[in-house]
Amino acid sequence: MAWLRRLLIILALLAAAPALAVQPDEIVTDPAKETRARELSRQLRCMVCQNQSIDDSDAPLARDLRILVRERLQAGDSNQQVLDFLVQRYGEFVLLNPRLRWQTALLWFAPPLLLIGGGLALFMLARRRAGGAPTNDAVTPQGGALTADEERRLARLMKSQDRS
Amino acid sequence: MIPEIGHFALVLALALGIMQGSVPFYGALRNDSLLMATAVPTAVAQFVFIAISFAALTMCYVGSDFSVVNVFENSHSLKPLIYKISGVWGNHEGSMLLWVLILALFGALVALFGGNLPITLRANVLAVQSWIAVAFMVFILATSNPFMRLAPAPGEGRDLNPLLQDPGLAIHPPLLYVGYVGLSISFSFAIAALIEGRIDAAWARWVRPWTLLAWIFLTLGISMGSYWAYYTLGWGGWWFWDPVENASFMPWLITTALLHSAVVMEKRNALKIWTILLAIMAFSLSLVGTFLVRSGVLTSVHAFATDPSRGVFILALLVLFIGGAFVLFAWRAPLLKQGGLFAPVSREGALVLNNLFLVTACMSVFVGTLYPLALEALTGEKISVGAPFFNATFGPLFLVLLLAVPFGPLLAWKRGDLPGVAQRLMAAAGVALAVMVGCYAVVQGGPVLAPLVVGIAVYVIIGAFTDLAERTGLFRMSPKAALARAAGLPRSAWGTMIAHLALGITLIGIVGETQFGTERIAEMKPGQSIEIGGYDIRFDGMATRPGPNYSDQIARFTVQRGGAVIGEIEPSKRTFPARSTTRTEAALMSRGFSQIYVSLGDPSPGGTIAVRAYHKPLVLLIWLGTIVMVLGGLLSLSDRRLRVGAPKPARSKPVMQPAE
Repeated sequence: MAWLRRLLIILALLAAAPALAVQPDEIVTDPAKETRARELSRQLRCMVCQNQSIDDSDAPLARDLRILVRERLQAGDSNQQVLDFLVQRYGEFVLLNPRLRWQTALLWFAPPLLLIGGGLALFMLARRRAGGAPTNDAVTPQGGALTADEERRLARLMKSQDRS
Repeated sequence: MIPEIGHFALVLALALGIMQGSVPFYGALRNDSLLMATAVPTAVAQFVFIAISFAALTMCYVGSDFSVVNVFENSHSLKPLIYKISGVWGNHEGSMLLWVLILALFGALVALFGGNLPITLRANVLAVQSWIAVAFMVFILATSNPFMRLAPAPGEGRDLNPLLQDPGLAIHPPLLYVGYVGLSISFSFAIAALIEGRIDAAWARWVRPWTLLAWIFLTLGISMGSYWAYYTLGWGGWWFWDPVENASFMPWLITTALLHSAVVMEKRNALKIWTILLAIMAFSLSLVGTFLVRSGVLTSVHAFATDPSRGVFILALLVLFIGGAFVLFAWRAPLLKQGGLFAPVSREGALVLNNLFLVTACMSVFVGTLYPLALEALTGEKISVGAPFFNATFGPLFLVLLLAVPFGPLLAWKRGDLPGVAQRLMAAAGVALAVMVGCYAVVQGGPVLAPLVVGIAVYVIIGAFTDLAERTGLFRMSPKAALARAAGLPRSAWGTMIAHLALGITLIGIVGETQFGTERIAEMKPGQSIEIGGYDIRFDGMATRPGPNYSDQIARFTVQRGGAVIGEIEPSKRTFPARSTTRTEAALMSRGFSQIYVSLGDPSPGGTIAVRAYHKPLVLLIWLGTIVMVLGGLLSLSDRRLRVGAPKPARSKPVMQPAE
């Protein structure tokens, strides 16, 4: 029922008049620090919201976190230190960009693996189909490869069809 | 009386659906044309009864019949008529009814316009289509019945969620649903082909227009939803990688892949099994999307329906249809004969590459969307996957894909000439490079990524024109002859060119908004001005204005540039008393393709108000691009008439033949 409780909180928050995401009074005077704060805010999740960063959220918690981020920056923390601090306090859930750990390995590696795997599969398929592996141009074809005579016929056919 | 008519009509439609799902299928098994022929009238009748049911619910809403629970919970007598109607699908029960209505509509369309289909194929397609409808009608009647009564009837309704009382959201769900549900047709065709164990180029030709139609609506629906979020949610974001957005984006990506692979199948009789698989995946992702949104498994901005018993029901449907489809695929697909050889470097090869990237891009969205759910279910650990992840994985994949886009149409079928094509794209690459360097010089010290992406966008646009120039022989023959050839080009060729061009347009909009946009947050007193993107915005004061079922607290601003007044904008806070909720109404002013965007925070006792102002350069190109994309799709769709049906007599003018 955790989701239900969360939903009720959200509804309660919606019912209150929504404020702006970043309030004028939160902004720090140093523009460089403010830019860094905004950058960090976009990577941090508002934990009581549905998929919103603290930069976008109107919730009071998001405001507290934004102020906290700015306090840490004012205290001289690096971006990484701020993130580490928040993770220590609120858990990995606070990061919108999950760190690479064994629990998230599949998340990060699935897309590149699929691309590489798919590319390899296509490459193998093309090789098998064409049968034209450089080492395999002997007269006796293996598997689905074509004989030299068939290759010539194929080329002729393709040429004649290309014109249509 | 009206709700009971609607309820009864839905039960009748269910009975008809069971008949439509079994009799024609049995007829196809026994090769009995009489039994198969029943599919047509039952499909039409099923649609008619669901339409009666839907009309009944709409009448309850229009007449504010609060004795119906669904109307009581989601409507209000003072609501404007358009939101009374859109309230029908602004809630879980009604939106599911809309879902089956569209499903039945597509079934009826196939029945009516499928006269040229082989009779067994049509029977099987309609039977499969009907089983989907039956499953969802059972779901509605068992867990989500919109016709339940309430006694005694309350005097007033609870009103629709104010966020949904918006013209954008009135039409967004129907558009999206036509897209989502339209994919059921290609799914049904795929399943029918697997059942028959036979598939050929003609199959692709029948499926392609349906897929294209679904794709057009999906594109419009996603675009509309994005624009709605942009102006409604009050912080000017237009894409949040929200699970619900992803749920509509994943089918879009796969459908785009399907459109391309169906071309290969139609023209070259190749990629059959792959095309079938994509057709199954596209609709499966629609179902997954429906599950994500409707089950409440995610609590996100959009999920306004939450009830776990429904979730389990939809999950069961999901397993049944997707699992069943894949089992059937594994069993029957090896029976399908492969045909059509092609060299890796060829139009076919390029389309395969397109498919690889689109499917991988979709996979990255899929993993990112479902991983947190899976991890939490398995280990109990909660993580978040948000925009930074998707930008890091999806972004590069799509940019690489865009680099390949202009190559596709320029490569010849079967065996292409890669160096030759690269040479023809030199001009596009050259201009893109120049733009990139120019852009870099202008924004020096600014974002590094921006000039690169602008360059890619320019390259895609000029690449699309290169395709056109090549086809018409623009630089090789007289302008007049080129014009004649342009007029004679098949519309699908125009469609391809325009849709590809549109990708570049959207990309420019995305770069403009994300990389060159500026933002100001300030506390303002009446008379004060702030500067944003070269404009001065002066706060003139507050006022109140009543609306039909809400009241607006307006802040008036005057926009000036170089001392000259350009216009006024009035962002507001809109309060809906029925739900005692307030929402921020941002004010937008368009200047060319750019926009000034102002939204309000809380007024403070001292007469000041918190203001968030943005300058969003070229932001409108994002949605303009999607509209152009849709135009490309429509052009391609209108080409269908030329290809489907009896072969046309040879054209009289030989100039119209495009040289390849």
